[in-house]
Amino acid sequence: MIKLNSNLMIHQYFCLMIRYLKKQNFWFVFTPYFWLVLFFFIPLALIFKISISVSEWGMPPYRDLFSLSEDGFKIDSTLSNYLFIFSDPFYIRSYLNSLSLAFTSTILCLVIGYPIAFYVAKSQANIRIILLVLLIIPFWTSFLLRVYAWKVLLQGSGIINSILIHLGFITEPISMLHNHYAVILGVVYTYLPFMILPLYGYLVKFDLNLIDAANDLGAKPVNTFLKVILPLSLPGIIAGSMLVFIPVVGEFVIPEMLGGSDKLYFGKIIWDEFFVNRDWPVASALAMSGIVILVFPIVIFQLMYAKYNFKNE
Amino acid sequence: MSNSFLEIIDVTKRFGDILALDRVNLKIEKSEIFSLLGSSGCGKSTLLRIIAGFEKPDQGKILLEGNDITNLPPYIRPLNIMFQNYALFPHLNVTNNIKFGLKEENFSKQEINNRVNEILNLLELNGLEERKVNEISGGQQQRVALARCLVKKPKLLLLDEPLAALDKQLRIQTQFELVNLQNKLGITFIIVTHDQEEAISLSDRMTIMQNGEILQVGNPVEIYEKPKNTYIANFIGTANIFNILNKDNQIIIEELNYEIKNINNKNFNKCLIRPEKIDIKKIENQSDNSNVGIVKEIAYLGSYTKYLIEVNGIQFYSFMQNSLVSDNLQIKWDDKVEFKFNDSSIFLFND
Repeated sequence: MIKLNSNLMIHQYFCLMIRYLKKQNFWFVFTPYFWLVLFFFIPLALIFKISISVSEWGMPPYRDLFSLSEDGFKIDSTLSNYLFIFSDPFYIRSYLNSLSLAFTSTILCLVIGYPIAFYVAKSQANIRIILLVLLIIPFWTSFLLRVYAWKVLLQGSGIINSILIHLGFITEPISMLHNHYAVILGVVYTYLPFMILPLYGYLVKFDLNLIDAANDLGAKPVNTFLKVILPLSLPGIIAGSMLVFIPVVGEFVIPEMLGGSDKLYFGKIIWDEFFVNRDWPVASALAMSGIVILVFPIVIFQLMYAKYNFKNE
Repeated sequence: MSNSFLEIIDVTKRFGDILALDRVNLKIEKSEIFSLLGSSGCGKSTLLRIIAGFEKPDQGKILLEGNDITNLPPYIRPLNIMFQNYALFPHLNVTNNIKFGLKEENFSKQEINNRVNEILNLLELNGLEERKVNEISGGQQQRVALARCLVKKPKLLLLDEPLAALDKQLRIQTQFELVNLQNKLGITFIIVTHDQEEAISLSDRMTIMQNGEILQVGNPVEIYEKPKNTYIANFIGTANIFNILNKDNQIIIEELNYEIKNINNKNFNKCLIRPEKIDIKKIENQSDNSNVGIVKEIAYLGSYTKYLIEVNGIQFYSFMQNSLVSDNLQIKWDDKVEFKFNDSSIFLFND
């Protein structure tokens, strides 16, 4: 009786579902979801599967999760990869390094990007277009080449050292490359536009009369900024910060090219585990834990952002 | 020293090649409602922004109660401005918008609350305290903007097109409210407007500006009845302007071939007759009276009717009250009418 009932319910559910899908323009609505499933959820599920597999020599370098042999169906799963990375401070430290890199560079991008975004947003329309194009032009060159260019600029025989020696400020080239300052420089340079563009999007809509009004009501420029401009550009600040913070946590190319051995970063560690150590399960476990730890702040950010936008509709 | 409340002395302002203000001189007295009237681009808004302190004049001085405030930043000037779009802070509710200016002045919490309650009562904003400013109506927003200024008890309130964003019904009501409020508080108001009716009905005194220059200063009656030139006459209300001929010691309105008698000063070349001062009357058959024209257009406007009259190829307006006694409603298109005006309603000027 119960079984019949549940079958009936499932049947009813499917009928409703089909009716709903017929009403909607199915392909139009679900194309982005298919995209997400195909290129995000399926790979993510695969990584999760590998992360709870047992590693072994071979191709692929892990044992199948499910196997069917004479002994019957067998699940060969382990949490040891997770236990391993959380028991070794090396991994935790690299993760903290990445978080601190992301945090520092987000703050720097904000501090540098905000005045630029403000300036661009408040320029005359014809100048604004030129400035925006200047902001976007670097994207026409591959990101790898741009980071490589910094390597060339910063190296011992690079142009900065040459100029400084030529001008007589220094006699020996300064070693500017292969430390975490070079990494921060590279990250800030690369991600600055991702901070500026969302900020610009909010500031360009900003009513300049509000600044005059605050001034007129007795607010000095600092207070005008803190009490009017800043709160009204908060959604832009949040959006820009997320666009910088999240990818920088997983960044491995810039530390690889500009960084040294003074600090190890999370993204680089995952890369090494995958391609140098060929320990796919541990690498996957690292990737999964990285995502899980990052998801919470992102969700909180998103909720704040949505609430703020909703309040200002 | 008989200083005026606010003195604007030789203020000049350029934006690139454009001369926005050209040696503007104005004296505004305490507790009056003064309007700056002009079409867009005449410099009235620039003048207001200079008084508020958002722009610095290239030359000239602004004196408030005898003190030079030309170089004071806006946040120190003891005056406030109400913006055309109100510029309310969208992230704050009604109360916090009103409190904003008080918090900048280090008043005690008690004082701030007292003042806010007082102004909420005065402007009938009770019950809206917690509302977001984009959740209230245009008229309420206007009152919040006004409250936000008045709560600071400014010596001078500048209003940039204060009624432009309201619909017509509300505008007329708000006009009266503004005047009442000003009478109650005694604060000097300077109003910028492009709406001549608004300027006439609100102001104690007003000025007409054109191309960055002050054309005339006076009370609304003076400006309406005795405009200095054709531009002003046409800007305020409807104007019938005719040329004056001085022929053999006779003063003649050229277009109407009408002689004006009893004039002392004969050195005028233009005259103005306001349409409401020209009476028309339907005539059945050709009389010997020379003041006859043909009705070319009729616009019935309820309390009065506008008639466009053609005489000798020129056209002018006559406005007739639609009262019980007048039979002007009988007049139809292309009717012949006799028109009539007193010599005393002719204003002579040079242009």
